[in-house]
Amino acid sequence: MPGASFSIAAPQNVRSNPNAIGDYAAIGDCRSAALVGRDGSIDWLCWPRFDSPSLFAALLDPSAGHWRIAPVGPFQTVRRYIENTNVLQTRFDTGSGSLLLTDLMPVASEEEKRRLMLPEREILRLVECERGEVELEWSIEPRPGYGVRSATVRRLGQLGFRAESPEGLLSLRTDLPAELREHGRIEGRARLSAGASAYASLTLAARDPAVLPPLGEWSHTALERTVRWWQGWASAARYEGPCREMVIRSALALKLMVYAPSGAVIAAPTTSLPERIGAPLNWDYRFCWLRDASLTVRALVGLGYVDEAHAFVNWLLHATRLTYPELRVLYDVHGNKPPDERVLHRLAGHQGSVPVRIGNLAADQRQLDVYGEVIDAVIHFVRAGGTLDRETEGVLRAWGEYVCRNWEQPDEGIWEPRTGRAHHTHSRVLCWVALDGLLQLHEKDHIRWAPLAMFEKNRELIRQEIEGRAWNPSLESYVAELDSDRLDATLLLLAWYGFEPARSDRMRATYRRIRQQLGAGDGLLYRYPRNQEPEREGDPVSPGEGAFGICSFWAAEYLALGGGTAEEARQLFEWLCGYANDVGLFAEEIDPGTGAALGNFPQAFTHVGLINAALSIARRLEGEAPIPRQVPHRQEGSEAEKTRV
Amino acid sequence: MNWNSWLLWSPVATLALTSVMAGSQGLHLTRMNLPYMLGSIFTPNRERAKLIGFVFHMMNGWIFSLAYVAAFQSWGRATWWAGAAIGLVQSIFVLTVVVDLLPSFHPRMASEQTGPTVTRQLEPPGFLALNYGYQTPISVLVAHLIYGAILGGFYSMR
Repeated sequence: MPGASFSIAAPQNVRSNPNAIGDYAAIGDCRSAALVGRDGSIDWLCWPRFDSPSLFAALLDPSAGHWRIAPVGPFQTVRRYIENTNVLQTRFDTGSGSLLLTDLMPVASEEEKRRLMLPEREILRLVECERGEVELEWSIEPRPGYGVRSATVRRLGQLGFRAESPEGLLSLRTDLPAELREHGRIEGRARLSAGASAYASLTLAARDPAVLPPLGEWSHTALERTVRWWQGWASAARYEGPCREMVIRSALALKLMVYAPSGAVIAAPTTSLPERIGAPLNWDYRFCWLRDASLTVRALVGLGYVDEAHAFVNWLLHATRLTYPELRVLYDVHGNKPPDERVLHRLAGHQGSVPVRIGNLAADQRQLDVYGEVIDAVIHFVRAGGTLDRETEGVLRAWGEYVCRNWEQPDEGIWEPRTGRAHHTHSRVLCWVALDGLLQLHEKDHIRWAPLAMFEKNRELIRQEIEGRAWNPSLESYVAELDSDRLDATLLLLAWYGFEPARSDRMRATYRRIRQQLGAGDGLLYRYPRNQEPEREGDPVSPGEGAFGICSFWAAEYLALGGGTAEEARQLFEWLCGYANDVGLFAEEIDPGTGAALGNFPQAFTHVGLINAALSIARRLEGEAPIPRQVPHRQEGSEAEKTRV
Repeated sequence: MNWNSWLLWSPVATLALTSVMAGSQGLHLTRMNLPYMLGSIFTPNRERAKLIGFVFHMMNGWIFSLAYVAAFQSWGRATWWAGAAIGLVQSIFVLTVVVDLLPSFHPRMASEQTGPTVTRQLEPPGFLALNYGYQTPISVLVAHLIYGAILGGFYSMR
């Protein structure tokens, strides 16, 4: 829980990674992100963008690069983000004093960037002795290319150190004592007394000559600028419901995953953090899943962040042009196909969890629910005041026609099993959502022409099929696949998408059955029954993964939508928020036995679930109806012009 | 210089270049849309941007062709392969210099340094415009080779 303290063993010369997934916190600049451990070690960094090869990957192998600053000897840590920012502060308490480490990727407004000369990428670390006297040690080992290469580091006197990497020139400046060791390792020790400070800045110049920011006062200015930017962004959030601090933290975490130059939203900034420790359920999430991104946009719009929705919808239309009218499951941040999946055999994996994968095979899957998700994101954008131009109308229409031609096909579905296709209820429902949304957009003049008869006919056929074949009367529940008896947590979303009222007998019965069969204890849910998990590549035995974060929040949201009382929803929601780590971040999954974070981290999907549940609960508590799904009439005049895509 | 010949073949070559680029888009080889990229300098409205950009692009093609014609005049002859050679140079210049500079002066184009503020809308082309699809450099190259070949092949010195 926030504010808790933890004991970390003193580091040894031969370092093993003491950090679990939940021991990390994320910093970033909306182009790249880094993970900082409780022990003051940056163990994950990909530069210059999220899906670039890593520079630090001690998260996945202790020898794959890190940058650590921490006291010598035993210490305890307490961490927090500076309020409403993505600036991390780690306080080390030792027997002789306390040390405050502030970590950030400096950011600036576009206006400030026009005035200032700033590095292309930077991590800034400020160390301050708050009390007593503390001896600290620090070390940095850049290992470009996922730990494959040693960096050739050169000392440049007062200008610090420089190292060439395939991604560009790395420059390190610090006023801490520093010695260059073999294999590009730089390290040093310093004794700081109360009030003393030290600084370290690592920058990347990917293409242009490096900008070397001064230290000292300049570092404090960069910190203030960064705090000001994040707090300004966070202050725009419109939310006054339960667990506000957690909701804002989730929004800040999601914002970290927006790739600002294009508007794409990645699923998580990491690869191959295991869904079960020691198991091969390790995947690369540093790409833009259209489904996750659409849900992220919906959450951000719900909090009032329309610019991000605008940028994403714009990116969506641009990125999908090469596969038009078909949508891929995932794209890289510029809309290209991600690299083919491959295994990095050299890396030992997080706590021995191999293989470490880069790239993602799911890029070649068919997941028909994606059409419904992206059209739903566009509808949320329209509800927030956006309007669509003729070209966008054409793209939406083409997606609808594609859905009409293909909704009867089997697909891999939302959970991306690698064992083949099936007729997933969730995919069918999202095909219904796609056509229903398009018809609404047409009715309100956002799409001026559409093949109405075809859309209406297929929408009705899909509904009939779901109501007839996805409902299992003997189980008294909707089921994951047509004519099956398998459950799935995605069925809770039928109410959210407006397919079936949350208060209906069928939904209430489905919820009870899901709780009964998918309950992981303590309010958590598995995404599907453990003894029915689809086998996945490289893991012929039951995977035995953790409870799924977003599914647990779906349950809270279902209650808020009418499946339960407002109080039931609030209690469950607040309980689930307690599974966040000490700085309020969630991974993809939660170990139901220990509460430990599992899977890639931080995970947009889980934070999206948290925000959407919070928004629905807040409305219910205020006595309002669920968030309306109706599309408003097309705006006219200058207001529409402002948000046109 | 043969002004009549220049006035005739310059727009033809520019139209051919534009058609090749548009065809590449239609074949899902690239997302690069030169009229839209140019027109969105003046307006965020996609339809209007394409129209303005098309006019702007035609004028650019006309102006650039002057350099081709000047080269033909100085060499004393105009051949399709000489034109294509200049087109090759121009495409390399466009892919390495122009697309790199675009985010610097385009009011609605992000750069790789944009963020965390999400304000501008057009994605940066990146090195060799690869952000617009891996086949983009080939499309640009072919379009400029055809542009140059038409100018060189049809421009009459007298």
